[in-house]
Amino acid sequence: MSPVLETRGLDKSFGSLAVARNIGIALPRGVRYALIGPNGAGKTTLINLMTGMLHPDGGQIMLDGEDITALGPEERVRRGLVRTFQINSLFPHLNPLEAVTLTICERERIARTWWRPTSDYRAAIDEAYGILDSLMLGPVCTRETRELPYGQQRLLEIALALATRPKVLLLDEPAAGVPREESSELFTAITSLSQDITVLFIEHDMELVFRLASRIIVMVGGGILLEGTPEEISADPRVREVYLGGAHG
Amino acid sequence: MTPTDPATAAPAPTAPHPHMAAQVRWRTVEYVFWLATLLPFVVAPDYLALASQIAITALFALSLDLILGYAGIVSLGHAAFFGFGAYAAGLVSKWGWGEPLSGLLIAGLAAGLLGYLMSFVIARFRHLALIMITLGFGLLLLEAANSASGLTGGADGLQGVKMWPVLGLFKFDLYGFTAYWYALIVLFVFFLMARRLINSPFGLSLRGIRENPVRMRAIGAESGPHIRKIYTIAAFMAGVAGAVLTQTTETVSLGVLDFQRSADILVILILGGAGRLYGGLIGAIIYMIARDWFSGVNPQYWYFPIGVLLIAVVLFLPNGMLGGIAQLIDTVRGRRWFGWLTSPPPWLRSGSKP
Repeated sequence: MSPVLETRGLDKSFGSLAVARNIGIALPRGVRYALIGPNGAGKTTLINLMTGMLHPDGGQIMLDGEDITALGPEERVRRGLVRTFQINSLFPHLNPLEAVTLTICERERIARTWWRPTSDYRAAIDEAYGILDSLMLGPVCTRETRELPYGQQRLLEIALALATRPKVLLLDEPAAGVPREESSELFTAITSLSQDITVLFIEHDMELVFRLASRIIVMVGGGILLEGTPEEISADPRVREVYLGGAHG
Repeated sequence: MTPTDPATAAPAPTAPHPHMAAQVRWRTVEYVFWLATLLPFVVAPDYLALASQIAITALFALSLDLILGYAGIVSLGHAAFFGFGAYAAGLVSKWGWGEPLSGLLIAGLAAGLLGYLMSFVIARFRHLALIMITLGFGLLLLEAANSASGLTGGADGLQGVKMWPVLGLFKFDLYGFTAYWYALIVLFVFFLMARRLINSPFGLSLRGIRENPVRMRAIGAESGPHIRKIYTIAAFMAGVAGAVLTQTTETVSLGVLDFQRSADILVILILGGAGRLYGGLIGAIIYMIARDWFSGVNPQYWYFPIGVLLIAVVLFLPNGMLGGIAQLIDTVRGRRWFGWLTSPPPWLRSGSKP
């Protein structure tokens, strides 16, 4: 089966610092990938390259067999390549219902209409509420985002991404900063994502990685060291040396 | 009543459809407000000229609120569109067409066109750069009007503006009776339009741009077209406000393009509360009445108390007077009563929006 997202020979340097070296990965549909590696390995840079927030110096990005390297971030999202942020990037003074409805209105291209109230678009609101409810945000959907506990804001990050109907979802440390006792809702949310969606997530928490990922990509120094199943990765001596060994003893 | 008690915590607000519908519904206080705008006819017939100035300023502030309060686009040169509309309306009349309503439309379209052209620049910048660009643009237009004295009358002002009666029936009188209801109706019509706009999906997107333009891109939304559209609409409205000033006073001076006017309208919006539909309206009422009153008390230093008022509002009510009232209502309803006492709300500590 052809991959839904593929990169070929991606390169990116900031001055003399190579942050991406010849990155080639191919993600088949519906697979859960974890992207791991020590700090500064270029994981977030790779996500920025794939989503168009950075332009590569060389190489190609293919989504569903189409070259999207030249497209802007908005256009890539419209085609189904969507990300969340490591540091919450939400709409503080909107409530979750408004934020997700906004995303759906933009997706459906009804965001240009200014003569009809948003409340007339009942299907969009129903869909927004459905997404929020599936992420256990239903009861708080009318509270302002900035008032929500941190864990719920992390869930809203995912809700916004889901509202764009992604084919590929790139989660940048979805559980970053969430206390362990609050993270179970987040795990549930990620495991129960539709199997049509391909997920690539960056995560430092190895327990989470081994629980959620069916395949793991290890990055070191801007390049890909290894790709394989969790068993292969944890057994590999090189990985132990650069990552697991150092960080988790 | 505590928010944790499920029996007393209002069940309705979490239901999505009633929540969204409630934002559109007219509240009692809104009916009261608009009925109160008729009071000057009865209570203060000597002040109708001031009242029409307030209505014009309110419309101007409302147009700034659309771009600044809702879309987060800063402008220190909004008088450019006000003045452009004012001159357009004046020239149309001077050249022999004194019909007010079509004059209003022509002036609005002229200012809207200018706004549309300008919006391509505006959509590319934010924050400090925008302040500089709008400021420069405003000054540029002022000097252009000053030097083109053959067209605008320069520093002497535009002479020869003669308005025909509104609808061929109501002459603009010396007491400002026609002027006030004319300005009030124009304000109300555009208020209805703005109200509809901010409650639409487009309005929601504008708030998204204000809150987080980076995230807008990441949900697949292009901010540029939205910004261009609202900027054009706001310029149109500002132009109409300027036109009403021309038509009701039958004169245009360079003051309509002055930097002072751009600064005043910003002050008015901040006083009243930006990003709240009534902020500009309340701000205009307070500011204009305060200015009238203070300049009566002390014609030389009337700006002093205004400055004090502005500092006080920004320090203690960073979301403007309407924001302060909303906070007070929340407090009285008990939502944050204890939180308020135990830990001061963030706006008291930092005074800045997150």
